[in-house]
Amino acid sequence: MNLARPLAVATSLGLIAPMLTACGLFGGPKLVIYNAQHEQLLEEIVPAFEDETGIEVELRNGKDLELSNQLVQEGDASDADVFLTENSPAMSQVEAEGLFEELPSDILEVIPEMFRPESGLWTGFVARSTVLVYNTDKIEESELPDSIMDLADPEWAGRLSFSPTGADFQAIVAAVLELEGEEATRAWLEGIKENGTVYDGNNVVLENVDSGESEVGIVYHYYWERDRAEGGDVSDSSAQHYFTDQDPGAFVSVSGAGVLESSDMKDEAEQFLEFLVGEEGQQIIADSYALEYPLNPAVELDQVTQPFSALQPPAVNVSDLDSEAVVDLMTEVGFL
Amino acid sequence: MAGGASPVLLLVGLAVAGLALVPLGYVIATTAELGRQEAVDFLWRPRIGELLWNTVRLLVAGVAASTVLGVAGAWIVERTDVPGRGWWHGVLCAPLAVPAFVNGYGWVSTTHAVQSFPGAVMVVTLSYYPLVYLPTVAALRRLDPGVEEVATSLGRSGWGVFTRVTLPAVSPAVLGGALLVGLHLLAEYGALQLLNYPTLTTAILQQYATVFNGPEATLLALVLVTFCLLLLGIELLLRGRRRRARVGSGASGHPLRIQLGRLKLPVLAALTGVALWALAVPLGALVRWLLRGTSATVDVGELSAATATTLGLALAGGVTATVIAVPVVWLAVRHRGLLTTAIERSVYTASAMPGIVIALALVTVSIRVVPTLYQTVVVLLLGYAILFLPRAVVSVRSTFELVPPGLEDVARNLGCTGPAVARRVTLPLVLPGLTAATALVGLAVATELTATLLLAPLGTNTLATQFWSDASAIAYGAAAPYGLALVVLSIPSTWLLGSLSLRSGT
Repeated sequence: MNLARPLAVATSLGLIAPMLTACGLFGGPKLVIYNAQHEQLLEEIVPAFEDETGIEVELRNGKDLELSNQLVQEGDASDADVFLTENSPAMSQVEAEGLFEELPSDILEVIPEMFRPESGLWTGFVARSTVLVYNTDKIEESELPDSIMDLADPEWAGRLSFSPTGADFQAIVAAVLELEGEEATRAWLEGIKENGTVYDGNNVVLENVDSGESEVGIVYHYYWERDRAEGGDVSDSSAQHYFTDQDPGAFVSVSGAGVLESSDMKDEAEQFLEFLVGEEGQQIIADSYALEYPLNPAVELDQVTQPFSALQPPAVNVSDLDSEAVVDLMTEVGFL
Repeated sequence: MAGGASPVLLLVGLAVAGLALVPLGYVIATTAELGRQEAVDFLWRPRIGELLWNTVRLLVAGVAASTVLGVAGAWIVERTDVPGRGWWHGVLCAPLAVPAFVNGYGWVSTTHAVQSFPGAVMVVTLSYYPLVYLPTVAALRRLDPGVEEVATSLGRSGWGVFTRVTLPAVSPAVLGGALLVGLHLLAEYGALQLLNYPTLTTAILQQYATVFNGPEATLLALVLVTFCLLLLGIELLLRGRRRRARVGSGASGHPLRIQLGRLKLPVLAALTGVALWALAVPLGALVRWLLRGTSATVDVGELSAATATTLGLALAGGVTATVIAVPVVWLAVRHRGLLTTAIERSVYTASAMPGIVIALALVTVSIRVVPTLYQTVVVLLLGYAILFLPRAVVSVRSTFELVPPGLEDVARNLGCTGPAVARRVTLPLVLPGLTAATALVGLAVATELTATLLLAPLGTNTLATQFWSDASAIAYGAAAPYGLALVVLSIPSTWLLGSLSLRSGT
């Protein structure tokens, strides 16, 4: 007769058990990583780290600005111990809020100076290069522009695609803004808005270039490289064009890692970062499917078309990339 | 005011009403907080115009196309001698079992041609026309065929009878269905995002990913909610005050069926066409990707973890919404009064709130008011409860109304106290209805995407969010098993709705 009670008990047990596990009540405390990097990459690093140190890790995955904004909202009350992003503007945002703990020099010194902020509050750990993918049936490499700025010219009308809503593209805009100034950036954004088709996601851009919907698309190198490595489903009719000569289009975007000041597991968090930038962690990254460039000079990524040393990125200070100004500018131009 | 309800019950009812009003309150309050100039600057620009234009034309074309398809289908099944009517009824309901975002995936992974305005209209129509079809079939079945027969005997042609008699008689059902389609179109995120068709709702999600719950997202939400309320108003206006009541129920049952004759083949071809486009394309795409996708090495562990999470949330969400619905219905049915009616009505406001608005409201309110709840399952369940409370109330109410109050009076006379009457008499009688409500809400929760994307604690993956993270990254093969699981989960409620719509005649 009285079914309601057992049902309620069963339900609450079913609900509470996973929550308790997540809170770490079963088992020791876990190192909580707010992770905006590709989930699959962390799924290769984390087990190696856990094996080596015995520290258990919990990943909470999201997107760059989603997580950075969440960290800002949570402030001191955050569960997060470590924050990892795909691009640096989200790191700068959390840094500006004063939420990072300064990193010890033995972590910082591993990474070349240009890929980490002067403040020492976080560090880059991998990097990705901007590229122009082009459909090899529709356009010759010789017809491609020398500068990413040229894509705003009327001759590119209807031939271009990109994904302005993602943090990836916004980091590129931040670099253009830093290098060319506000006026030129606004004009450039207006031009490519006029010329281009907007998609949501770099994979979508890649697929549309490969299928010939667009002739060229602005993405990062690893989207194309990964698809090629997996069999070329959406990259077999396309190739990559690397901009050179410190062009804004040769921008290399840095994925950042930092320890939260509010963390109650700072030692473990630092151990994780040490592992992440150390040779072992960087080699795992280099060997993984990620195909992003490790930033520890001792490790080389050799399964891609362009080695890291061949890139000619413009000199951009990672802490100068201003995500707020970029969002304002892109809102003004009408992308957001 | 509240017909002698106990203060505790009233308080609970008021709390539920308060919860249901959180989204509306949030939109109004945060908009009021904004500087006027700031709001105008944000809203008065080409991008918003573009989004409005996209939203409005999709709304108009999608509702019109769904209405035509739904009514035509219902009329063919109920009023013509098309062969295999029962089968076609099943087929015409079936697209309901394919969530719109899975349908969008099926189409976009088959052809790029759907990434356009006509493509978007087609895909949403194929997903949502059953919302018109189902109530129209039910209304046609309930309609006394005598009225149509009289019109025929007075010399009206078949078309004349349909436009002058049948259609006006079933118009409330059609309108109700069209309203539902409109609300779903306004709230749709997944399908339109895959079709690369930006609307207000997709823009809110993008704002959220870029600047979290900033004022811009709220302003867009305000515009979206205004649209929903406008739709409700239009539906009320159109429904009008025409008298449709009659004395005596008439005789429902076997209407004269129009002989299709030469038209039989074209009609069958059209029905087959709908079946192919609405079912065969998305299901075919799922199977195709499952068989060949390079990214389709099915991770059984992840799939079963997501399934377990989804089922757990579905059960918990269903139970939460149903449990919350009980006091509301109890008050409305047993203690009718101004206040209790107001409580019941406030619950229904949520049916005009797109999932994205409810989610944004809960994110903001939980961060500001109860930060400890933010990023917990509790907030997600509250979101589901608000979103699906109207459904739960409707189905709980229909069972409560069947319990004769006399039984409760007898129990009271025999010495039972109030709570004991509820526990020993009423609840056992309504338990089947409560179970049905739980199941209906649970199934809706299982395929919910938009609110789940915002409210699920980081690291909580459901079938819908897993499907989404793969499908939106063009990992079509990896998405396929999750898509298939979502379809399977949607079959029971589709079957239930399909058979209910036919039973309502008797």
